[in-house]
Parts: sequence; structure tokens; C-alpha cells
Amino acid sequence: MSATAVPAPPEAPVAPKEETPFARFISEFAENKVAVAAFVVVVAIVAIALFAPLISPQDPYDLAQLDIMDGRLAPGSVSMETGMTFWLGTDDQGRDMLSGIMYGLRISLYVGVGSALIAGVIGTALGLLAAFAGGKIETAIMRLVDLQLSFPAILVALMILAFLGKGVMNVMLALVIVEWARYARTARSAALVETRREYMEAAKCLALPRWRLLFIHLLPNCMPPLIVIGTILVARSITLEATLSFLGLGVPITEPSLGLLIANGYQYMLSGKYWISFYPGIALLVTIVAINLVGDHLRDVLNPRLKK
Amino acid sequence: MSDITLDVQGLSTHFFTRNGVVKAVDDISFQVPRGKVLGLVGESGSGKSVTGFSVIGLVDPPGRITAGKILFQGRDLTKLDEGELRDLRGNRIAMIFQDPMMTLNPVLRIDTQMIETVLAHDNVSRETARQRSRDALGMVGIPSPEERLTSYPHQFSGGMRQRVAIAIALLHRPDLIIADEPTTALDVTIQAQILAEVQKLAREVGTALIWITHDLSVIAGLADDIAVMYAGRIVETGTVAEVLDRPLHPYTHGLIGSVPSRNARGSKLRQIPGMTPSLLNLPVGCAFRSRCPRADAVCEQDPQNTHPVEGRTLRCFHPQLEMVA
Amino acid sequence: MTTWMLRRLIQAVFVMLAMTVIVFIGVNVIGDPVEILISPEADQAERARAVIALGLDKPLWEQYWRFLLGAVQGDLGRSFVFNEPALKLIATRMPATLELALTAVLLSIVIGIPLGLYAGLKPDSVTGRMIMGTSILGFSLPTFWVGLMMIMVFAVQLGWLPSTGRGETAELFGVQWSFLTADGLAHMAMPAFNLALGNIALVLRLTRAGVRENLPMDYVKFARAKGISPNRVVFVHVLKNIMIPIVTVVGLEIGGLIAFAVVTESVFAWPGMGKLIIDSINVLDRPVIVAYLMMIVFLFIIINLLVDLLYTVLDPRVRLETKE
Repeated sequence: MSATAVPAPPEAPVAPKEETPFARFISEFAENKVAVAAFVVVVAIVAIALFAPLISPQDPYDLAQLDIMDGRLAPGSVSMETGMTFWLGTDDQGRDMLSGIMYGLRISLYVGVGSALIAGVIGTALGLLAAFAGGKIETAIMRLVDLQLSFPAILVALMILAFLGKGVMNVMLALVIVEWARYARTARSAALVETRREYMEAAKCLALPRWRLLFIHLLPNCMPPLIVIGTILVARSITLEATLSFLGLGVPITEPSLGLLIANGYQYMLSGKYWISFYPGIALLVTIVAINLVGDHLRDVLNPRLKK
Repeated sequence: MSDITLDVQGLSTHFFTRNGVVKAVDDISFQVPRGKVLGLVGESGSGKSVTGFSVIGLVDPPGRITAGKILFQGRDLTKLDEGELRDLRGNRIAMIFQDPMMTLNPVLRIDTQMIETVLAHDNVSRETARQRSRDALGMVGIPSPEERLTSYPHQFSGGMRQRVAIAIALLHRPDLIIADEPTTALDVTIQAQILAEVQKLAREVGTALIWITHDLSVIAGLADDIAVMYAGRIVETGTVAEVLDRPLHPYTHGLIGSVPSRNARGSKLRQIPGMTPSLLNLPVGCAFRSRCPRADAVCEQDPQNTHPVEGRTLRCFHPQLEMVA
Repeated sequence: MTTWMLRRLIQAVFVMLAMTVIVFIGVNVIGDPVEILISPEADQAERARAVIALGLDKPLWEQYWRFLLGAVQGDLGRSFVFNEPALKLIATRMPATLELALTAVLLSIVIGIPLGLYAGLKPDSVTGRMIMGTSILGFSLPTFWVGLMMIMVFAVQLGWLPSTGRGETAELFGVQWSFLTADGLAHMAMPAFNLALGNIALVLRLTRAGVRENLPMDYVKFARAKGISPNRVVFVHVLKNIMIPIVTVVGLEIGGLIAFAVVTESVFAWPGMGKLIIDSINVLDRPVIVAYLMMIVFLFIIINLLVDLLYTVLDPRVRLETKE
């Protein structure tokens, strides 16, 4: 897209350089340095979460490793017993905050990404079904979607956890119920646009079986908006789980996510021992903002392509 | 100079877009004497609307006037700042747009939109402004103007809305009105009425009028002079009678020839072959070259403005001196 | 107009009924009603008596009918913890939550619209870009954490504002309000702002989008061609057009704010409905949970109705259609 001040005289056209759509996507994405940095951060965070057991200085759930005498030490302090340095301080039980954060990331990501994926599969399936089947099925599904989306997420989650009790599985169930509707709506809109396109007509003319049409032809072309929504919903999922855990309604104390860690440190904030809440908070923040930045930029990169 | 309301000399307006420079208006010149009507004719994309916006100073980035003078009653509008231009707009120079549904603000009442125009240029009371608005509505033939004042635009029909726009344009008895395809969106009967109204009002008040359109038949009945635009340039000017009877430019020739009423019944409609060039990629030389039956090697040069006959200008190397069939 | 109102009221009744069914299923079918409705402190004999008293030995549909009858009369059970009618408990805490939510709405309009206007009118300026960048933070940062940080900075470190609680209140129309006292306002400042953050970002982006959408429109060009001052063009012509979608969204978000107040109230120990429900869930005080859910749905319905009414008032095109 260079600015030409002088109109070029007509010549024989030069053959365009061969570039796969994927390569083009990568180069367009790379134009925004902030998003690239955010992506690197996300990768780093996932790596930390995956390899936490290997790289964390301490296993924060192993009660044998904890010493209550090490409790509430400021960042940088050294343990009187083991001599290890607590880079980010300790909580009231003597747990190393750095290790706690790494393990907390695991849970946060597990619940957040897990629920977003499950909700994605269910929501996309229902959305595609609605677009494909049409008629009463479509109306029924979309009414359900509207109903779901008219309730605030936190309220629905609260209701479910109030009736079913706490626990990781219940939290994931609540998150899935809160999120599937957005996927369904996006999938249906994308499918409605795509079914009208020529390649779908062509495939139908070839009398391909329905499931083939759906999964091999339709679905891949609906992916771009779904990926964008997915990224944003992962961030929302993680935030919602953190919020629920902070309120004491989320994951149990034996598997603390970042939200629960923050809740634990809440009472110490007023006495100046900020690090118990602060550092898990930073970790949570960085994760969410990084994912959001990537998702935001993905949306910009993928969207004009859809219109072309 | 006192008899010429508008004197445009060598005006160029370019748009500096990411894809290149669009020469929407390229070195045009024309005059509109007091009380006369100039028909600015051309197909879409010929630059006629941009000409209108250039005169009233509403060309927005990425476009701007790059050359030329716009002498309005002797003052060069290109040298005025925004505040001075705003003083003139709606006051001494008014503009009427094409689609009245979109030009009137849908959420504001008619009286609000008229009163604010009065108050923008005259220090009078609201009541007086209201009176003037009511009178203006009556003048353009809107029945029961008092009730109509408190209505919203969507409660009017297309023709009525355009009359309101005309009434607004006339509120301060401007010296120049630029009408940008004001009747294109209306049906033929309403069109005729509006044309008659505007003509009458312009004659009464002595307003100079630039009527921008692509419809030759409208010009024939309304305008005194005509300027034909193609690809951002004025290719021919003259009085309406002369140009329509004896067009000199092959494009004008083609335009007149392609008017359906001029074609014998049953025979194929005549068309100008080819398509308007993209303003981003104009061919070198005469812009009409690729479609002109008379083009040859010399047309690769840029034709300049010539005066083949008294009172007419022409930008062509091969004026068509025969009559249109 | 009246047929429209009637239709909406019937819809509202249906939604409330649906809610009672959902809550009933949640309590009596999914959960164990014996566990849920009878205080965990009760012993065997008390339990047996309570089962009969609450009709838990009767068939389901009869239980539902009893529940519905009670609900219509305002009897939604008694709180285990406070030993008061659950609905009354919720009602006394409601003003605190409403105050918080409405202040948050006010803040989002007062801060969001001017910032959005600026970002829309000067999108390429440094300030404009900064505003848009910060707005992303506004809705991606977890509210509870921002609240914690606010307490840490403004209350603990700087000592400017009180960290928790509601402070002094004054009475108006028989209800206690915080905004009528200076101390109350100081206590309300952080929680209201914290709750408003996400909304401020939303309103900001909506306003900016509205401005960007409307500025190139014909009616703006026409207004300028009439010689109207640029201030009037923006603040009268453009603003009136973008207000309609903004007001609609803000109105619908009030419900979301009231729901999300549970988080802010927990962080700042603000004694509203939200804090009550969290505490109740934690101690399994189920009648209060039921009362809260019913009340929330009721509020939602009313808010939606009011927003629809407001919309007809604001948009003359809609208003005149409903008249006919």
C-alpha cells in the first residue's frame, strides 16, 4: 500500500509473490509490536504454569516443607530453617509466594482455559446447529442464548455455586454455563454468513453428506471470529474464576488459584503486609491484560480479512 | 467584478489517500454572474460535488484545495480562515444537498434546525427567528407551516423535506446557492415543482445558483449557463442553448446523444463506450482519450482551456463542429 | 401505548414465574431441601418436625404451590442466621446497594461521555490515544483487585479515604442514605468508583464509536454548511444522536452493576445486598439466597421496563410510532 504520486503507465502485470494465508496472517499480526510482546508474555505464562512443579523453589502444598515460623516474611527475606530466599515473601502459613503464584497460575489457567474450551465446543456446536437447522430449532436455541446473555455472568455463577456448592468442577460448570452463549451467537452469525457463500453452494451441489459440510467446509471458515471470541472469553473466564475464588465461592483452599491467594492476603493488607495479595494480583493482571491485548489485535487482523 | 457573484480560477482539490493522490478537481475555472443559474453537469465521480464543497469550504481531510482562487464577490475564499468562512456559510453562501432524509438531523425538530440557522448569523430574538422560519416555510409552499415547525424530519415526505432544506438555504437571502443534485432522490413530478420554485425564488432575490446534476434534461429547463465536467476537469462551458445545440466536446456530444428522449424509438440506445477512469489512475493527457472516437496521438498531451467561440471554453484538441444527429 | 405496557407487564409476570420455578428446582430438586431449608443446627427431632411443617413430605407440585403462595405474600422464609424474614432482610440492605450502583452509573456517564467525546473528536492526538489505551485496562482489569489496590493506595498508604464500611448516613423518606453526609460520601468514593470502572470504559468506547460514526454523516455537513458553530454541531447535533444507544446500554447495565456489587461490597465491606448474599452463601443461609435472587430478578424487570420507556421518550422516531 505505497502512495503513488504519479499514475503508473499500463504494463504487463508482475506475478504476485507466493504467500500462504497463514504467513500473511503472521506478518500482519507482527505489525503491532505491543500485541507481539503480549503474545510472548502469554507463552511465557503458559510455560511457567506447565512446568511449575519443575521450576518452582518449593512445593507450596507439601505441608512438610512449610514452617509457620517463616510466615508473613517480606519479599527478599531468607528462611531461618532452610535458608532459601523468599523472593516474593511468604504468606501466613510460611508458603513461598513465588511458588504459590506458579501453582496458582496452573489452577487459574486450568479452570479458565478449560472452561472456555468446553464452552467453546458446546457453544459452537449449538450455534452451528442453529444456523444449519433453522426453523424452530434455531429459534429455540437463540431464545435460550438471549436469556442466558441477559443475565449478568456473576449472578448466574453465584446462583449455580449457591445451589451446587463449591469445588473446581462446579466452578468450571458455572463458567461453562455462563460462556457457551457467546460462542453460540458468534458461531451462528458466522455460519449464517458462510452458508450463503458460493463454496457452500458448490459443496451442497456435490451432495456431500451433512456432517462433512458442517465440519470440513463450514467450520474452518467460521473459525476467525470464534478464535477472537475465544481469546477474549479465556480472559473473562480467568477473571471470573478469580473473582469467585476471591469471594470464597470458587476453588477449594487445597488448590488455590490466584484469586484465592489474593483473598488470603486481603486481611493483611491493612497492616501493611501487602505482598501476600499484591504479587498474585500482578500475576493475574499480567495474564489477563496480555491475553486481552492478543485478542484485541487478533480481532483487528482477522476482521478485515473476513470482509475481503 | 460587481456583476459576477462567483469567479473560480484554476481550482484544484486533491485527496491524499493511502492508495495515492486522487485529483478530484483538476484546474477548473468558471463564473456565475449575479442572478444567473449555472448547471454543473457530469456523471458520478466527475468531481462536481467536490467542486461545490470546495467553494463553500467543506472539503475534509484527506482532501484539500491545492491551487486556484475562488473569488466570491471579489473576496478570495481560499484565503479566509474557518471563522470567516463560517460567517458566510448559510448566510451569504448556502448549500442544498442531495438526500434530504440524511441532511436534516433526525432527532431534532424542524424549528430547532431552522431557528439555529437564523440565530447563527443574526442577533435577533428566538421569537423573531421563529417567525422568519415560519415565513420561509410558507414561501417554499409548505402548507400549515406553524404545525410543521414542531415536526420531525421523518414526518415529512421526500419532496417536503427538500423544500425545508431550500427554505433553510433561503433564510438569509444568500447571494449564492450551491445545489448538489437536490432533486435526484425525488420523483419526476416533485422534481418539476421544486425546479420551478427555486427558479422563481432565485429570480426574485437575485441569487446566483450553481445546480449540480447528472441529468441534462433538468439543466435544459433551468440553467442559463452550463459547465460539463469529466474526470475532475471542466471540458466545456457556454450558455445552455449553445452547448446543447452545438456541443463542441466529444464527451458532451456523447452525453446529449445518449439521452433516451433523443433516440429514435425502437433503435438501440446510444452509449459512450468504455468506463470512467479511476481518479487514482488517470491516463496521461486528455482524460477522455480512451473513450473518444476522435482521439489520436496529439491527445496524449494535456488539452488546455481554449476559447473557440466567444463566450465558450473548451478543453479538447478536436472540437466537434458538426451538429448532433 | 397502553397495549404495549400491558404486554410488557404480562411478560414480566411470566419471567418472575419462570424465576420461581428455577429457584424452586434449584432448592428442592437439585439440592437437598432438607439440608437447604432447615437450619444445620437442628437435631433429629427438630428436623422431623420441620420436615412436616415445611411440607417436605408432600408431592413436589404441592410444595411448589406452597412456595409460590408464600412468595406472592412476601414470605420467602426466615434467615437462619438473623432469624428474620428473609425478604425484610434484603429490603433493608437494598438502599445501600442501590446507592452504590446509581452513583456508579452517574460516574460512568459524567466521566465516560466527555472522555469518549474527546477521543472521538481527536482520535490521533496523544491524549486521545491514551484515553483509548486506558479504557482497555478499564474493562480487562479484575474489579476486585483494583479495589484492593485502591484501598492499599488511598487508605493505607495515603490515608485520604476510609478503607471499609459505610460511614455515617442520614435519613430521607424513611431510608438511610450515605450521600447526604460528607463522611458517607468519603466512604462511598472508592467503592462507587471501583464498581464504575468497567462501565466508564464501556461508555467511553461507545461514545467514541458514536462520534466517529456520526461525524462523517450528511446532517453534520449540512449543519456546518449552515454556518453553525462547531461546538453546537458536536454538543447538540451529534450528541443527541449518540445519546440514544448510550442511554440504552447504560440503563441495561444498571442491572449488571447491581449484580456485580457483590464483589465491590465484599472488598469494601459495604453493607448492602451483595455482601449479604456472599455471607449467606458461605454460611448456607438459603432462605436469604432465595429472597435475594427473587429480588434481583424483580429489579431487573423493572429496570428493563424503565429503559424501554426512556428509549421511547428519547427517540422521536420510536415515540411517534407507539403513539399511533
